[in-house]
Amino acid sequence: MQTMIEAQDLTKYYGPQLAVSRLDFEVAAGEIVGFLGPNGAGKTTTLKILAGFLAPSAGTARINGYDCVTDSLAVRRSLGYVPENVAIYPDLTVTQFLRFAARAKGVSAKAETGEVDRVVGACGLEEVRGKLAAALSKGFRQRLGLAQALINQPPLLIMDEPTIGLDPSQIVEIRQLIKNLEGDHTVMLSSHILPEVSQLCHRVIIINRGQIVASDTPENLSRQLGHGSRVLLTVAGPDEQVRAALAAVSGVNRALGQGEGKYLVEADSGVELRPQLARVVVERGWQLLELKSQEFTLEEVFINLVTEEES
Amino acid sequence: MMQIRGWLAVVRKELTIYFGTPIFYITGFFFLLLAGYFFYTNVVYYSIISFQAAQQASNPQIAAQLNPLQMVFRPLFAILAIILLFLVPFITMRLLAEEKRSGTAELLFTYPLTDWAVIAGKFGAALLLYLILLAFTVSYPLVLGQIIRLDWGALGAGYLGLVLLGAACLSLGLFASSLTENQIVAGVVAFALLLLFWIIGWVQELGAGDLGRIFQSLSLMEHFENFTKGVIDTRDLVYCLSFIYFFLFLTKRQLESRRWRA
Ligand SMILES: Nc1ncnc2c1ncn2[C@@H]1O[C@H](COP(=O)(O)OP(=O)(O)O)[C@@H](O)[C@H]1O
Ligand SMILES: [Mg+2]
Repeated sequence: MQTMIEAQDLTKYYGPQLAVSRLDFEVAAGEIVGFLGPNGAGKTTTLKILAGFLAPSAGTARINGYDCVTDSLAVRRSLGYVPENVAIYPDLTVTQFLRFAARAKGVSAKAETGEVDRVVGACGLEEVRGKLAAALSKGFRQRLGLAQALINQPPLLIMDEPTIGLDPSQIVEIRQLIKNLEGDHTVMLSSHILPEVSQLCHRVIIINRGQIVASDTPENLSRQLGHGSRVLLTVAGPDEQVRAALAAVSGVNRALGQGEGKYLVEADSGVELRPQLARVVVERGWQLLELKSQEFTLEEVFINLVTEEES
Repeated sequence: MMQIRGWLAVVRKELTIYFGTPIFYITGFFFLLLAGYFFYTNVVYYSIISFQAAQQASNPQIAAQLNPLQMVFRPLFAILAIILLFLVPFITMRLLAEEKRSGTAELLFTYPLTDWAVIAGKFGAALLLYLILLAFTVSYPLVLGQIIRLDWGALGAGYLGLVLLGAACLSLGLFASSLTENQIVAGVVAFALLLLFWIIGWVQELGAGDLGRIFQSLSLMEHFENFTKGVIDTRDLVYCLSFIYFFLFLTKRQLESRRWRA
């Protein structure tokens, strides 16, 4: 599979302040990837670097095979960028703005009108075409932000918090628009809201305090840490035997030794394992020191990842 | 080729914004009002003096001074140059500062446009706006030319001077706008720098020797004056063009440094 985004050791300082630190990740062509993290985590900074707006302090980023610093123009031809809080020219009408975007992106004079019509249609902007951007509602502004990014069909779309500040029905509409892009575009979007990312994205990269703390499919994150149930045991007994005995209990998917007599047992959600696990341990004559259930929602996964970092 | 299209895109966008907002109409109104007023008073003054000169037995010294270029257009050009000092900050102050403040810079600089295309686009739009205003004033010599004989060559030199002086001031204003997110600050900085380049030559009159001559040669006023005399000197041309290039270049450096700092 072709790689669309490739970040290596990406680091950015604002003066003395470290904003992102040694990020490493890849995004394959066609993926929809969510970039998740609390406010101040470094999402915007990372996306600005990828979009060629900022230069990294260290490390490299490549888009579509082009280096974001040395081949900035080729990178910018390969992507559409929707900035945070959609900045748009208030004194231009929707059509004027989109025409400008088309010309700036090198759409030929002949194709210009067609391309503007196409994105206006794709983003549902027909009814506001002649309006000044300043007069648009937040929902339409966001759509306009998306429309200008879609001009000239860039293979990659980068969106910074595309649903921030919208009301619930607008959020649903924007999500639908993003869903529609699947297949034609690679999408990287940031968010600090977890359900949004888990609904839209094939994969989630979680970032906190400038560092990546997890990267997986929403399903895997859920299975590992979320909707499945996990039991944490502390047992005094021979390591390997205890682990094998726990793994042999019916309904257990995995049993992991975590050292110092701690074991993590995973099962599908809704299966209550604790009585059986306790029985197995006691029957073998080992001492059961601790037994507790860990139920995680994806939100808690996120919060755990984030607070672990901070403590 | 692509960059020419990109440059034109920026020019058109800036012009659309200029014509869509009151800046152009307000600055244009005052510019033409003042220019018209001074032209009118100069012409009236000129006609009174020539009338008197015709009545008295002709004094050769006065007669030499009595041509419309000396009496009407040189003072008019000098006044227009001073009006420029006030006009330019209004034209240039929002060009880059407003993009940064509103966040649209993030769009502009993530489009596949080179920094030069953006800078030249904004500069080109501002210059075009100024040329439109200046073109209105061409009607003055055209009208006067119906009545008396004018030295069109010298007038042309004067207008070339005004165009170059305007372009130089606009390039400086654009640079000032690249320094800050605040339009007002950009305008004030532009005005202060323009004033500096205006009066820097006065040091010479205080008798500051070699240094004074260097300062004087940096003065915009000094080089502009030659044009209004109807003289096109390559030194003045080179000075103006270098001035423009220098400030556009500083603007580019400023934009680049933004990429690394914040
Ligand atoms: N222009 C800037 N100058 C200085 N610090 C900044 C600037 N922009 C962001 N930061 C800091 O960098 C860190 C990351 O910010 P940002 O990338 O905006 O995070 P996010 O988008 O995830 O909320 C934050 O601590 C923020 O305060
Ligand atoms: Mg952000």
